[in-house]
Amino acid sequence: MDILSLFVIVPVITMLVLIFSKNLKQSRVIAAVGMFVQFVMSLNLIFAYFKEKQINDSIMVFTKDLLWFEKFNIHYTIGVDGISVAMIVLASIVVLAGVFISWKMEDLHKEFFISLIVLATGVFGFFISLDLFTMFLFYEIAVIPMFLLIGIWGSGPKEYSAMKLTLMLMGASAVLLVGILGIYFNSNAEGGALTYNILEIAKVNIPVEAQNLFFPLTFIGFAVLGALFPFHTWSPDGHASAPTAVSMLHAGVLMKLGGYGVFRVAMYLLPEGAMTWSNFFIVLSVIGVFYGALAAIKQTDLKYINAYSSVSHLGMVLFALLMLNKTAWNGAILQSLSHGFMTALFFALIGMIYGRTHTRDVTKMGGLLKVIPFISVMYVIAGLASLGLPGFSGFMAEMQIFVGAFQHPDMFHRVATIITVSAIVVTAVYILRVVGMMLMGPIRNNEFMELEGATWYEKVGVILLLIPIVFMGMTPIWLSDMIRESISPFIERMM
Amino acid sequence: MRQELVLLAVILLLVILEIFMDNKKALVNIAIAFFTVHTLIGFIPLEDGTLFGGMFHTSQLIHLFKNVLNIGVLIILLQSAEWIKKEIVAQHKSTEFFLMMLSSLLGMYYMISSGDFLMFYLGLELSALPIAALVAFETSKRVSAEAGIKFILSAALASGTSVFGVSLIYATTGSIYFSDVAELLTYSNLSLVGFIFFFSGLAFKISLVPFHFWTADVYEGAPIPVASYLSVISKGSAVLILMIILFTVMKPFELVTSKLLYIVSIATMFIGNLFALRQQNMKRFLAFSSIAQAGFILLGILSNDQLGISTVVYFVSIYVFTNLAAFGVIQAISTETGKENMDDYNGLYRTNPKLSLVMMLALFSLAGIPPVAGFFGKFFLFTAAASQGLYFLVFIAVVNVTISLYYYLLVVRAMFLRRSDHPIPYFKSSFTMKLGLILAVVGVLFIGVYSPIYEYIYQLSIF
Repeated sequence: MDILSLFVIVPVITMLVLIFSKNLKQSRVIAAVGMFVQFVMSLNLIFAYFKEKQINDSIMVFTKDLLWFEKFNIHYTIGVDGISVAMIVLASIVVLAGVFISWKMEDLHKEFFISLIVLATGVFGFFISLDLFTMFLFYEIAVIPMFLLIGIWGSGPKEYSAMKLTLMLMGASAVLLVGILGIYFNSNAEGGALTYNILEIAKVNIPVEAQNLFFPLTFIGFAVLGALFPFHTWSPDGHASAPTAVSMLHAGVLMKLGGYGVFRVAMYLLPEGAMTWSNFFIVLSVIGVFYGALAAIKQTDLKYINAYSSVSHLGMVLFALLMLNKTAWNGAILQSLSHGFMTALFFALIGMIYGRTHTRDVTKMGGLLKVIPFISVMYVIAGLASLGLPGFSGFMAEMQIFVGAFQHPDMFHRVATIITVSAIVVTAVYILRVVGMMLMGPIRNNEFMELEGATWYEKVGVILLLIPIVFMGMTPIWLSDMIRESISPFIERMM
Repeated sequence: MRQELVLLAVILLLVILEIFMDNKKALVNIAIAFFTVHTLIGFIPLEDGTLFGGMFHTSQLIHLFKNVLNIGVLIILLQSAEWIKKEIVAQHKSTEFFLMMLSSLLGMYYMISSGDFLMFYLGLELSALPIAALVAFETSKRVSAEAGIKFILSAALASGTSVFGVSLIYATTGSIYFSDVAELLTYSNLSLVGFIFFFSGLAFKISLVPFHFWTADVYEGAPIPVASYLSVISKGSAVLILMIILFTVMKPFELVTSKLLYIVSIATMFIGNLFALRQQNMKRFLAFSSIAQAGFILLGILSNDQLGISTVVYFVSIYVFTNLAAFGVIQAISTETGKENMDDYNGLYRTNPKLSLVMMLALFSLAGIPPVAGFFGKFFLFTAAASQGLYFLVFIAVVNVTISLYYYLLVVRAMFLRRSDHPIPYFKSSFTMKLGLILAVVGVLFIGVYSPIYEYIYQLSIF
C-alpha cells in the first residue's frame, strides 16, 4: 500500500470503527488513536520525503496513478511535493489537537467524531490529489460536514451560520466547477488528449482568452474558502457559532485549502490569466487584510475577534500569492502554515476560557492571568506570534511576504504593500487590547476567582499546537528549503 | 420483445390469481415475487432487432434502460407493499394497483422501443391512462380525485397536442416510420410547427417549463408510490424517447432544438428551484425538485453526441435510485404516521437514525454532493454541456445547484439540527420497505463511484 493513500485510508477505517463505539470514552479514544496514527505517519512523511528527494528529482514524489473514468480521462492520481507535505503535517497536528480539545463532547459523540473525521478525510485527500476531478471531489467532501458540525454542536445562531457557511462555500465550489471544466476542455490545446491531471495540463499552453475567462472563476472558487473580500462573510458567523474543535479545524486547516488551491490550480495552470487579473484581486485582498483587522478591533466577542483576525491573515496569504514571485510565495506558504497553527491554538484557548467563564465577552473578563495561568500564558504567546514577533512563525512568514511584495517596483504594488504592512499595526492593537483587558488588570467578575486550571487533555492539545509555532520561528531553514524547492517549478511556469 | 411478453404474462397471471385467491395480502407478496422474476429475466442479454415491419425496435441501450425501469418499479412495489396491505386491501382493492402500474410500465416499454409514431403514441397513451386511474386511487380522499382530474385532463391535452404535431409532420413527409421521416424531413414552416407541437406533448411528461403546472398538485394528491413512479419512471422514459427522436428523426431542426432546449432548461431549473424553496409538504417539495432536475437533464441533451446520450442515461439511472430513496422514506413515515409535512420531520434523527441517514444520502445525491452518485451524475451532465462550449449555461446550472442545496439542506436541518417536543417516534419498517430502501441506497452509494457502470453505458450510447 503506498504511503500516500494511507492518509485517506486511515481516517476511513477510523470512521468505520467509530460506527461501533458505544460510549463517549470509546469514541474519543478511537478518534484519538486514529488521528495519532495519522500524525505519526505525517511526521514520517517528512523524513521519507527528504530521503526520496535525494534519489528522485521529479516535481512530485510518491506518485500513484489509477485510471478511474476512462472516457473522461479521470484518474485517481496522487503525489506530494514539499508544500503538500507541510500542509499534511499541519492538518494532522490540528486534527489531533482538535480531538483532544473535544474530549468531553457528550451529545451525539459518535456522530461528532465521525463528521470530524470525514472532514479530515476530505482535507487529506485534497492535499495528495494531482487530478482536478479527484481534488474537487475531496474539496466538497471536506466542506459538507461543516453543516452538521456547526448546526448540531454549535452555539449561538448556529442554524443560520451553518446554512450561510455551507451555501457560500458550496456556491464557491460550484463556480470552481465551471473553471475546472473550462481548464479540462482546453487541456488539449497543443494536440494530445483532454486530461484532468495537473502536471499534464501544466505542460500545455492554454489559449490566453480561455485563461482570462477561467482564471477568475477558479480563483474565486478557491479564494472564497480563503476569505476573499467580499465573500468572507460566512467566516465570522461560521467560526463564532462552531464548536471549538470545528473552529480549529476550519480556520486552521480548511481555509488553507483555498490558498493551496489558488496556488496549485489557478496560478499553476492559468499563469497568463493570473497576470491579467492579479491587480484586481490584489485590491480585494488588501481590503480584506485591512478590513479584517479593523473589524477585529471593534469586536468584543473573543471568537469574532479571532474570526476577523483569520480573515485578515488569510487575506495576506492571497495578497502574497498574487505577487507572483518566489519570495512572496514562500512567505504565503509559511503564513498559511503559521496561521494554521496559531488560529487553531487561539480557538482552542478561547474554547477553554469559554468553558470556564461561560462568556466570550472580553469586557466582562479580567485578570485571568492570576486565575488560570497556563491558559493565559499560552494565549499571550499565541498573540505575540500572531502579530509577528520574531522567534515565532509569524515573523518569518510576514517578512518574506513583504520583501517579495516590495520587489514589484510599480506604484500600484508598492502602495498595496504599504497598506498591508500597516495592517500589522492594527493587528498589534487588537491582540494586545484583548490580552490586556482579558488577562491582565483586575479580576472583574468575582465568580472567576475560582476557575479550574487546564486539564491534561487540554494541555496536550495546546502544546501540540505550540511546538510547531515555536519550531517554525526558531529553526525554519529546512522547512524553507523544502518549500522553496517545491515552488521553483511553479515560478518557472510563470515566466 | 421478450421483456414485453414476460411483463404481459405477469399481468395476466395476476388477473387470474386475483379471481381465485382470497388472501389478498399474500397476493401482494406474490405480485412482487413475479415482478422480481421478471426483472431478473430482464438481465439476460437481448439482441438488437426490429419487429412488425419496423414499428418496434430494440437496441442494447433501450434494453439497458428497460432494466433500469424494472429495478425502479421493483423498488416502488417493495416500498408500497406495506401501504397496500394496510390501506388498500381494507378498501377491497389490491391487485388493481399492480395491474395498472405494470400496464403503464408496459406502455413505457412500447414507447421507448417505438420505431414509428403510431407505436410511440400507443405507448404514450398506454402509459398515461393507467396512471390517471392510479393518481385518483385513494377515492376516499378529495385531493386524490382532484389530482386525478388534473392529471387526466392535462395528459389528454398533451397527448393530443403531440399527435397533432405528428400529423403535421406526416403531412410534410408522408410517412410515420422514424427511419423514413429521418430521411424525408426538411425544415419548413409546417414541419417546424409540427415539431413544436410534438415537443410540447413530450415536455409535459418530462415536466418542463411551461408545461409543468400539473406536477405539484398531482404529486401532492396522488398516493406516494404513484408520485414516485411519475417522477422517475414516467419522466425517465419520456426523456429517453425525446432524445431518440431528437437525435435520429428531427435532425433538420438541430439549431432550433438547441436554442429551444437552452431556454427551456434555464427556465425549468429556475422555476423548479425557486418554487421548491417555499414548500412545506414533502410531496410538493419533491415535485418541484423533480422539475428542477429535469432542467439539468436538458443540459445533457444539448450535447447531441455519444457523450451527451451517455450522461443523460447515467443521470436518469442515478436519479431513479435517488428519488426512490427519498420517496421511500416519505412513504415509510406516511404509512406509519400519516405525516407529510417538513415540520413533522423535526428531530427525526434522534428517534429514527437509519431512516434519517437514508434521507440525508438521498438529499445529498439530489444536490450533487460527493461521494454519492448524484455528484457524478451532475458533474458529467455539466461536462457534456461544457463540451459544446456552453459555459454560461453551466454557470447558470451551478448557480441553480447551490439554490437547490439550500432547500435540500432545509430537510437535513429539520431532521438533524432541530429538536421537537413531539418527534415522530421510533418505528420499525416492514421487511419489504427495508428491502426497497436498501436497494435504493445501494444504488445511490455505488453507481457513482463504480466507474465500469458509466463505461458500459457510454459504449451503448449510440442510436
